[in-house]
Amino acid sequence: MRFEAPETVEAAVALLAGEAGTAFPLSGGTDLLVQMRSGRIAPDLVVDTKRIPALREIAREAGGWRIGAAVSGAEINEHAELVAAWPGIAEAANLVGSTQVAGRATLAGNLCTSSPAADTVPAMVAAGALARIVGPAGKREIPVEDVPVGVQKNSLAKGEMVECILLPAKPDRSSDCYLRFIPRTEMDIAVVGCGVSVTLDEGGTVTAAKVALGAVAPTVVVVEDGAQAIIGTKLDDAALDALAKACEAACNPIDDKRGTVEFRTEVAGTLARRAVKIAADRARGVV
Amino acid sequence: MSSIHVTSAVNGDPVEFLCEPEETLLDVLRDRLGMTGTKEGCGTGDCGACSITLDGRLVCACLVMGAEAEGRQIGTIEGMADGETLHPLQKKFLEHAALQCGICTPGFLVAAKSLLEKNPDPTEEEVRYWLAGNLCRCTGYDKIIRAVMDTAEDMRKGNV
Repeated sequence: MRFEAPETVEAAVALLAGEAGTAFPLSGGTDLLVQMRSGRIAPDLVVDTKRIPALREIAREAGGWRIGAAVSGAEINEHAELVAAWPGIAEAANLVGSTQVAGRATLAGNLCTSSPAADTVPAMVAAGALARIVGPAGKREIPVEDVPVGVQKNSLAKGEMVECILLPAKPDRSSDCYLRFIPRTEMDIAVVGCGVSVTLDEGGTVTAAKVALGAVAPTVVVVEDGAQAIIGTKLDDAALDALAKACEAACNPIDDKRGTVEFRTEVAGTLARRAVKIAADRARGVV
Repeated sequence: MSSIHVTSAVNGDPVEFLCEPEETLLDVLRDRLGMTGTKEGCGTGDCGACSITLDGRLVCACLVMGAEAEGRQIGTIEGMADGETLHPLQKKFLEHAALQCGICTPGFLVAAKSLLEKNPDPTEEEVRYWLAGNLCRCTGYDKIIRAVMDTAEDMRKGNV
């Protein structure tokens, strides 16, 4: 195996694209090193992205935010302005692993590892985040939900890597929330995760919404029917019931030691109901 | 493939080492630099026994590649005491008997020190969450949490 730590995106792409064998970018390493140790992967080349200054930045872009692919969850949560703008993204990043893991793990890594239970992915999807992907053919931006295509499979081509995550400009009276259920209070993998973003009008009616579920299917699930169920409402009980039903209907989970199909399905509806209320309170500036 | 030459600093002292590209920083600390205070538990970032700081940030050394340490500042348990004088956390761990077999102790101490530098007045809940990635199979945690809370109080009062 070779280890390289280039200082520009162009050099990183050239290394990744030029390797005849298997090559991986290394940002937080909290999945990559574990997979190397277990023997699941045996890279010929690892490219450390953390010496590329742009990939370490949190910056404003186009009225929204640009979060470099090597920015850790801890760095996100130490950025007060970003946390205030996108609390759901921050709380999802904060739920990934221990203090030690959050000190390294990144949004881009969580996305590209493509675990069904990735906490930050439903939060990013709900926020309408884009992944800016850079490769031998140049740059392209795609919705984050188009990156994971299966369990531990992503859509990136050879030589490509995520340069940054882009969060859009946030309309007034908008906010987000991410909730997950685990069998204990810390240090476990989501049984269900739910990201929600909402925009309200001055009267408190929902004008836009996005709902995403994690750990209930091989990849993140966008619940369009759930968003439609609450748009045009003031989140009365009937709207929340319809949201919960839409989320339950969208689930295609597995049975495992953390939860049965039936349990996961019911929890998905419950989490969506709770998350949307929190997001709406945040949008109103109540919390 | 030839070894990688890395220049770094451990506990403020410059170090140079050669490592293979696959080696973790934990392997380097223990096997190349002879600093065995940092323990290997799980090797997968789940137990916190290999907690160190990298440029001041608390991380698991098993999830860092040795070659990544080029130019970085590494902090380990060996840098915690000042010569023969134990750090207040180390003294309190002894007072409270917050260890039994001791394998997890360096990791807990490094993690707790990192917490108190960031937050000198943590609640019990904050201590428990901060240390949730450090596993101990002997003490049941209560003595560890009490030792950290007690140290924080003493340090705030300037009693140490």
